[in-house]
Amino acid sequence: MSALTYEDVISKYEPVLGLEVHVELNTNSKMFCGCSTIFGAEPNTQTCPVCLAMPGALPVVNEKAIESTILIGLALNCSIAPFSRFARKNYFYPDMPKNFQISQYDEPICVNGYVDVEIETDEGPQSFRIEIERVHMEEDTGKSLHVGGSTGRIHGADYSLLDYNRAGIPLVEIVTKIVPGTGKYAPEVAKAYVAELRDILRALGVSDVKMEQGSLRCDANVSLRLIGSEVLGTRSETKNVNSLRSVERAIRGEMIRHAERLNNGEKVVQETRHFQEDTGLTRSGRSKEQAEDYRYFPEPDLVPVAPDAQWIEKLRAGLPERPSLRRKRLQEQWSVPDKEMAAMINADVLNIVEETVILGADPAKARSWWLGEISRLANEKGVAITEMAISAKDVAEIVSLVAKGELTDKLARQVIEGVIVGEGTPAQVISTRGIKVVNDDGALMAAIEKVCSEQSETADKVRNGHLPAAGALIGAVMKETKGQADAARVRELLLGHLGQA
Amino acid sequence: MSSLSRDDVANLARLARIEMTDQELENLTTEFGVILNAVARVQEVATTDVPATSHPLPLKNIFRSDVVIPSLTPEEALSGAPASEEQRFRVPQILGEEA
Amino acid sequence: MIKNSAAEMSAALSNGATTSVALTQAHLDRISEVDGKVHAFLYVDTHGALEQAKKVDDARARGEKLGPLAGVPLALKDVLVQKDVPTTCGSKILEGWRPPYDSTVVSKLKNAGVVILGKTNMDEFAMGSSTENSAYGPTHNPWDLTRIPGGSGGGSSAALAAFEAPLAIGTDTGGSIRQPAAVTGTVGVKPTYGGVSRYGLVAFSSSLDQAGPCARTVLDTALLHEVIAGHDAKDSTSINAPVPQVVAAAKSGDVKGMKIGVVKELNGDGYQAGVRQRFEESLELLAKAGAEIIEVSAPNFEYALAAYYLIAPSECSSNLARFDAMRYGLRVGDKDGASAESVMNMTREVGFGREVKRRILLGTYALSSGYYDAYYGSAQKVRTLITQDFNKAFEKCDVMVSPTCPTTAFKIGEKADDPLAMYLNDIATIPVNMAGIGGMSLPSGVAPEDGLPVGFQIMSPVMQDQRMYSVGAALEAALLSKWGAPLLSQAPALGGAA
Repeated sequence: MSALTYEDVISKYEPVLGLEVHVELNTNSKMFCGCSTIFGAEPNTQTCPVCLAMPGALPVVNEKAIESTILIGLALNCSIAPFSRFARKNYFYPDMPKNFQISQYDEPICVNGYVDVEIETDEGPQSFRIEIERVHMEEDTGKSLHVGGSTGRIHGADYSLLDYNRAGIPLVEIVTKIVPGTGKYAPEVAKAYVAELRDILRALGVSDVKMEQGSLRCDANVSLRLIGSEVLGTRSETKNVNSLRSVERAIRGEMIRHAERLNNGEKVVQETRHFQEDTGLTRSGRSKEQAEDYRYFPEPDLVPVAPDAQWIEKLRAGLPERPSLRRKRLQEQWSVPDKEMAAMINADVLNIVEETVILGADPAKARSWWLGEISRLANEKGVAITEMAISAKDVAEIVSLVAKGELTDKLARQVIEGVIVGEGTPAQVISTRGIKVVNDDGALMAAIEKVCSEQSETADKVRNGHLPAAGALIGAVMKETKGQADAARVRELLLGHLGQA
Repeated sequence: MSSLSRDDVANLARLARIEMTDQELENLTTEFGVILNAVARVQEVATTDVPATSHPLPLKNIFRSDVVIPSLTPEEALSGAPASEEQRFRVPQILGEEA
Repeated sequence: MIKNSAAEMSAALSNGATTSVALTQAHLDRISEVDGKVHAFLYVDTHGALEQAKKVDDARARGEKLGPLAGVPLALKDVLVQKDVPTTCGSKILEGWRPPYDSTVVSKLKNAGVVILGKTNMDEFAMGSSTENSAYGPTHNPWDLTRIPGGSGGGSSAALAAFEAPLAIGTDTGGSIRQPAAVTGTVGVKPTYGGVSRYGLVAFSSSLDQAGPCARTVLDTALLHEVIAGHDAKDSTSINAPVPQVVAAAKSGDVKGMKIGVVKELNGDGYQAGVRQRFEESLELLAKAGAEIIEVSAPNFEYALAAYYLIAPSECSSNLARFDAMRYGLRVGDKDGASAESVMNMTREVGFGREVKRRILLGTYALSSGYYDAYYGSAQKVRTLITQDFNKAFEKCDVMVSPTCPTTAFKIGEKADDPLAMYLNDIATIPVNMAGIGGMSLPSGVAPEDGLPVGFQIMSPVMQDQRMYSVGAALEAALLSKWGAPLLSQAPALGGAA
């Protein structure tokens, strides 16, 4: 493994980043035809002459996709081009039915924007500006399944099976200018940038932004240069970076790999590399013997997009609150300490906590359920918190039941577990599992009497005024009542029973 | 400028995904010499002050609303496929870049 | 009956003198009799045609209101997609493909009750001027079976001239409707670009392609024009405006006071003597009918051919990329662990003909980095200049005219090895496509030196298609009264019952 440490790398080299993010828009229909875009449908059930590139079929632009792209451009502080065109990017690949991709080339719809991201540094929070070169529209490809061979990968496969449901789903590509000056924080800045983009896109409501489903994909370009040098080094382009954590790992890994080569007097090869989730390393993709010549030219089947100022201003007026500002606002409203706020952001629960609060839950309680029990269960299952089968509404209901004394914290945990395993709403789980707080003093007294007679020595200690001994008795009573009793009431009755009220 | 070598033509055939015979490449190299000379005439009048026309009509902003319309059935989609399996198009092994 | 015009057939259907089934059967019989010699059809849809004819007859019997061409047979160029009917574009690479959808043109024809007899032969993917580039063998000109019927839509024009159909659909990228019409003594119209939907028209050159009507008379062409034209939301380049009133124009044929501009550059050297003679004669007839003949100049037309042979190949190199053996059509070499890439390479080598490969490579070159500006970019600038020439000329005249082609039909095989000589056929028709305007060719007689038909071309501004119909109808009427019978009656008999 690496002989070089990350510290060795950053003491000698400055990383320069470039990030290309592809976002699948969440339109109902595809970019150029009326086929549905629902994820996970049976193969080739969402295809038509247009997205299968049957002879004679023609594309027509989805207006919602244009609006979404303009919204993205506005949210990223871009200028919106008064005139832009689609172009054909020509190359052959079986997952691309037309053997050209309709994209934008020299006339993208949005240009020259920026995003500010804040990260925690040794010197405290620091802001970095990521400049956006362009935002343009294009279409997704189909999916191939490689059959035969041992690995299930493309190499060594005997043949491939193609499903074109994804072909033609609108994609927006967001390309940064080169990002110098991040130094040792390059991996964190890149991660924060992708996270910020994701939050912005989610707030805009234009994409599902699920990295694990591929609706947000990041390609990371990395190069190194000697500190103080103005000359850019050779870059590698790492694809297949499918989580925020991977963005950070991939860039760190590439920085080390580049530095090792440079230190050994070797050249960095300009190439596409694939990130390996398991090892955190990248693997060389196709090394291009000849540079691909895409033969771009204006798409003759489509006419130019020329949004007028009125349309743009209408969209600008509807822009949602910027996620970074929203975070500050929520932190104040909820009086959350910095550390807890950071924990919520890290765990990606801010939205769902807010939703829970909007549904009436106390902010501190909502936060503690999402970050506590639900987060613990998610960790056990190895999935994201937001992927758990429990909604903000469910949690709000549980918080309310606890507040009313109808559930204890312990019972609430059982209800959460029941909801997550699919037993229904909290009310349904409570009803089918027969969960209830035991409020019947008679039943409690019976349990107390039973426990006191079984543990008479302890009971006597309490009778004699040694109150801390009551804890063991209360625990035993709670156990006896299967946790359904309100512990405070048990204590009250127990102390009365033992003459200490 | 208006002349292509046999290797140039072979490279074009590679880009266009056509497996050409040596004889075809020879013939095309000769023909392209003549044709390119003839078409290069466009450069005589294509001065920088002339705008390019990519579309014959000055249309703009032609969109469809984001409405789902029924797709083909998978049977129709696959009806012309040279080979299919598991409701997917079966194609020979794909070399090159991992998608 | 089969020698009548579509308008006459329509009248006979309306007044009960015949039925669509009888009319369709008569044409199917004619096809069986003569198509062995002409080879206009690649596929005859006997069953589908008779079924549609029966449907129209039944509807008529029920007293339903029918369009003017309901029940009239038509020949469809094999570049337009028709559901479940083989569509080859004259190429091996699509052999056996049955599309799962209808082109908009076909939907409109079906809705109008037109009976589609079958698919007609063409140069492969519409690339050619002689129909010799069909993978399924050439079509023969009914005037002289040793000669070409024009191209790319030679099957459609030959079917009309051989009385195998009274109506046909063609497509015109650089003259593929008008040049075949000229050399077969029939009428063909390329409407304004965007006037007829391209949805389901297998693309050769997207910014130039346009489907249009073909027939034996100007009025029939107009009737068909109104059936197939109109806005289509499935084609982004379709014009959202009312269809020009071409039938009314064809019926009136009034040219009094119209200014007709003779294009100076589309005449003279390179034009056959008989072609020029017939052209001059037609001008005199139009002048007698009340039109004012003036001369107009279009200095940039001389660059049109060069620009066309850059733009069309460039677009086609991309349009034809989809024929890759993966989803439909031919697949060659899929064995012994062959890769997708090698199967694509082999299929495209075997599946495409020589001219198609030549143009794909030419277009690949014209678009490649480093050459784009010099070739494709320059060609687009020429396109601007040609449009400007038209605009200036149309300030002075209502329509522009020229001979449709420099020569009459040449012999099959005569120009097969000389692409440049072949390309020259389109010298007078190409400017129309470059500017996206309308163009018509109608017969102006036969050349005295070879007895073969000569075409007269009329060009009208964007969405002013009715103007060329007015002029065409006026000239047709004047010529008819001069000849005493339609020009096609001078064509030799092909044998058979007609």
